[in-house]
Amino acid sequence: MSIVFQKPDGLIDVPTGYCPGCTHGITHRLVAEVLDEMGITGKTIGIASVGCSVLAYNYFSCDMIQAPHGRAPAVATGVKRVLPENFVFTYQGDGDLAAIGTNETIHSGTRGENITIIFINNAVYGMTGGQMAPTSLPNQVTQTSPYGRDVKTAGYPIRICEMMATLDGVAYAERTAIDGVAGVNKTKKAIRKAFETQKAGLGLSIIEVLSTCPTNWGLSPIDSIKGVKEKMVPYYPLGVYKNKGEK
Amino acid sequence: MAEKVLMKGNEAVAEAAIRSGCRHYFGYPITPQTEVAAYMAKVMPKIGGVFLQAESEIAAINMVLGASSAGARAMTSSSSPGISLKCETISYIAASDLPCVILNVQRGGPGLGGIQPSQADYWQATKAPGHGDFHLIVLAPSSVQEMVDLCMDAFDLSDLYRIPALILADGLLGQMMEPVVFKQRKKISLPEKKWATNGHNNKREHNIINSLYLTPEILEKTVLERFKRYDIINEKEVRFEETNTNDAEIIVVAYGACVRIVNSAVKMAREKGIKAGIIRPITLWPFPNKIIEKRAKTAKAFLTTEMSMGQMVDDVRLAVNGEKPVHFYGRTGGVIPTPIEILEQIEKIIGGLR
Repeated sequence: MSIVFQKPDGLIDVPTGYCPGCTHGITHRLVAEVLDEMGITGKTIGIASVGCSVLAYNYFSCDMIQAPHGRAPAVATGVKRVLPENFVFTYQGDGDLAAIGTNETIHSGTRGENITIIFINNAVYGMTGGQMAPTSLPNQVTQTSPYGRDVKTAGYPIRICEMMATLDGVAYAERTAIDGVAGVNKTKKAIRKAFETQKAGLGLSIIEVLSTCPTNWGLSPIDSIKGVKEKMVPYYPLGVYKNKGEK
Repeated sequence: MAEKVLMKGNEAVAEAAIRSGCRHYFGYPITPQTEVAAYMAKVMPKIGGVFLQAESEIAAINMVLGASSAGARAMTSSSSPGISLKCETISYIAASDLPCVILNVQRGGPGLGGIQPSQADYWQATKAPGHGDFHLIVLAPSSVQEMVDLCMDAFDLSDLYRIPALILADGLLGQMMEPVVFKQRKKISLPEKKWATNGHNNKREHNIINSLYLTPEILEKTVLERFKRYDIINEKEVRFEETNTNDAEIIVVAYGACVRIVNSAVKMAREKGIKAGIIRPITLWPFPNKIIEKRAKTAKAFLTTEMSMGQMVDDVRLAVNGEKPVHFYGRTGGVIPTPIEILEQIEKIIGGLR
């Protein structure tokens, strides 16, 4: 009998703690498949951040480090400067990367650190129970924006890919969405591209993945996927924002 | 024999780190320690090492976390306000059982404070270098030569026990020039870094560097295991120096640059016929409790002198445990006490005893 579907070796065979309908599991799998296909799991060091994906160190089968909140790109920098021949990636949510860790994100970009950032944007702080994130949409109701995000007082959502693309050290920046089969396939291609960019030593690569949070959005998994497509994508246009490898 | 060279404390400690095999230094400019970064920036690229000027003290210490996780000897340095910024990650590093060396060239505080020498970060270094139950190995040099020797020791001790080591210096030691010798050191046997996250090459299970334990009993277990190591360090690594304590009626306890002034004061006191001695803790954690406890049986009084409002004096009082009076004299904010001021304190205390 031939095997038609199996868990990638890049993931450890354990149940994850993610909520039903959360797309972290899909993106974990995509990263692991890319590591498998490139044959680099044994040469990769992953950096988990603080938030829902903090336990990613228990899920990925490569060596893993758990970084302080927002500091994953700095930790990744330290690792990569010791092991320039290895692959280093961070896996960060929007609170971690775009609020408390914005400084580390920008400066790892300006330095052109040869690392890959997987950025999960689901417009909410998940683990702490659904507070407003820097990426929460205008009028989005969260625990800390109970009347909807009022841009007059809470400001505007931050578009990370667009910002990172302006930095000379950033080699590859793409935004994708887990909003259906095509989105999943595109996300995998983007992640592959990011690791290829790292392999070629071109500089920092970042993939922003628009993702769901059914629990804190108060939606079913299917309606959450619709929410990504209908609400997030219009504010966060998909596409490649920077591609240094393309001449 | 190794050659004697005249060097600034900050440059000497940087050279010592390099000679200890440190090839990864991450820093951020702050007075009065910036010469450390400048020296690293000059030398590291020539020897295949990494000097990286980070975007903040916070990023610098996190780069140390990463480099140490990857198995390298890594270092950062800063001065008081910058160390405060690093404290969160120092707690993570300690909780992840990672070795590294941190240098604090102290300046006056609190707040932005000043840029003159101070010892007001003793509490931070020995009691609360971050949140949670943990300790650092804290070494306090009192000369440029000791900046070198203790830096080399810091790397070894940190690797041996998997506990971060902090060198608690001050602006005086960082900025002064003295002759130093870089002695050839005996190689000590250190455990292999089997825990390092440096890519498993499909030859071992994946390593995890982590400080999160959501089950209280498991978290408690990791802390207890670490405290067992602290017990060993308390047993084996305490260092101090004592001068004229055998017949001393009054013992001055001081560390770091401050002890240099105390030396002059005690010399003057002896010339006046006052039986004064000195205990100088070299390790601030582990603290030399036993020798103070022992001398408390023979001395009549203690005087702790610090360049602060009195922080180490707490530990001296705990060690003396009410046996004898413990007095304090200090100047703070970057003001350095003079030998005459300290002599006056010694005379006052001795006068009260007679």
